[in-house]
Amino acid sequence: MKVLEKVFDKYRSDFEKGGKYEKYYPLFEMMDTILLWTNERTHSGPHVRDALDLKRFMMMVIVALLPATLFGMYNVGYQHFHAIGIGASIGEMFSYGFWAMLPLIIVSYAVGGTWEVLFSIVRKHEVNEGFLVTGLLFPLILPPTMPLGQAAVAISFGVVIGKEVFGGTGMNLLNPALTARAFVFFAYPGKISGDKVWTAFDAAKEKLVDGFSGATPLLSASSTPQGASAVEQLHKSGFDFMQMFYGFIPGSIGETSTLAILIGALILIITGVGSWRIMVAVFAGGYATAALFNALAGPASTGMFTLPPYYHLVMGGFAFGAIFMATDPVSASQTNTGKWIYGFLIGALAIMIRTVNPAYPEGMMLAILFMNIFSPLIDYYVVKANIKRRLSRA
Amino acid sequence: MLEHYLSLFVKAVFVENILLAFFLGMCSFLAVSKKVETAIGLGIAVTFVMTITTPVNWAVNEYLLKDGALAWAGLPDVDLSFLEFITFIATIAAMVQLVEMIVDKFSPKLYAALGIFLPLIAVNCAILGASLFMVERSYTFGESIVFGFGSGIGWFLAIVAMGAIRYKLRYSNVPDGLKGLGITMLVTGLMSMAFMLFSGIQL
Repeated sequence: MKVLEKVFDKYRSDFEKGGKYEKYYPLFEMMDTILLWTNERTHSGPHVRDALDLKRFMMMVIVALLPATLFGMYNVGYQHFHAIGIGASIGEMFSYGFWAMLPLIIVSYAVGGTWEVLFSIVRKHEVNEGFLVTGLLFPLILPPTMPLGQAAVAISFGVVIGKEVFGGTGMNLLNPALTARAFVFFAYPGKISGDKVWTAFDAAKEKLVDGFSGATPLLSASSTPQGASAVEQLHKSGFDFMQMFYGFIPGSIGETSTLAILIGALILIITGVGSWRIMVAVFAGGYATAALFNALAGPASTGMFTLPPYYHLVMGGFAFGAIFMATDPVSASQTNTGKWIYGFLIGALAIMIRTVNPAYPEGMMLAILFMNIFSPLIDYYVVKANIKRRLSRA
Repeated sequence: MLEHYLSLFVKAVFVENILLAFFLGMCSFLAVSKKVETAIGLGIAVTFVMTITTPVNWAVNEYLLKDGALAWAGLPDVDLSFLEFITFIATIAAMVQLVEMIVDKFSPKLYAALGIFLPLIAVNCAILGASLFMVERSYTFGESIVFGFGSGIGWFLAIVAMGAIRYKLRYSNVPDGLKGLGITMLVTGLMSMAFMLFSGIQL
């Protein structure tokens, strides 16, 4: 560490105002604060003594994402060997998934990072660690077969239009990772929906086992015939509740294992980084809405109406969205009352879309984006109600 | 019957939001969405006028303009539908004037609150759009009321959300070239992407 400190101190004057590389100060500052602690102190009040600044805050999210990432890598391999009908050890599965996912992560970080640095140099703001989170979240919500070029275009859209045009970290309106995914979803629908994309395999060299479908649980549940039970349909396709809870199912890389996501949720809640109010509200909203649809289910309604609430919560991207996407501190509601409303509506809308919108089997992504749009309005009225209450007290 | 009206209403508000799915009424949407209060004022005014003009235009179309509509006057061969645009606009302008006078007479407070927005509405293309969609989709009288009201509420929802977003964006550091209208256009695009949530719902 001492050596590093010396190196940075030696070149610091070159990068500071008046130095010859003045233009590249954001780059220097980024490396400096990632590797070492910053020496900057606030000059005026209020002073808060806390080790948790934006950088550590974002690193905490990365730590919380690790269980889901590692399990995601393993599951990509598991689904692959399952699909081609070859037995493999845990190590082989993991390394297959690792090598399938690594290019996606690299592309996401490299392309998104380039935009981030470009903007920070031109606009002279700091490079923020918010991007480290976006860059990891984005590959986690993609299918493992995503073409790298399209992923690169999408992350560019997410970072530039979703975040940088608003001025960078902390000023955006929508969650950048979800904006990028929505871009892929509408621009290249064939690469991110249907039943062919969720299992990585090389068509030239390998052969799928007979009767392999590759459909995600949500997809097979949504194909339940009218009046039949969705749970039975799931069992017929070979999914049961515990399997979906542990995550041995096809799906986007990071979203499958509810267990791994809950471990991440625990980390976020204990460290105070993620808002437990939003998480609880999303699950409550989803549960209540699914229960309502269960009550409404009749012989004429589609099979999705019969899917029990607790099944909904472990399928698709619901848990991942609730824990990591809805709680994004920038695009979510800022007030505590607002968080309850915001979260509840996300859960409710996501389940509603799954059940009544035949166009999308999954509604979590767009439900969160939709509520991102309305979170400023919710905040506005919560604050106004607060002012009114206090005035009436005086 | 009620169920049918309800689904038409939901469709007009969310699935086929007149602003975010058809991009009608953009000019006043961009111009008057700087504050939540004024956005609400204009939103209410638009909803109000739309709910009245759509059924009135329905009647005009049904009994005057449509092919064979003048049969009651003994002219079954006359087709005046080429006059659709100008008549609808005239109806809208007349209705806006009427509404303005009524509001001024009976509720000066609301009149003061709506202020400049009422006359502005006469040139809001969302209102003409609602009437034209009504003709194109051959709605009945009852449907045209529900559709006009639903489209108005959808427009209201979009502009109020935009008002709150622009209120929040005061703290953003938008590049100089994008300040004002530029960033508002981008936000509108992102909003309509989020509204894709409802597209495809069959009601």
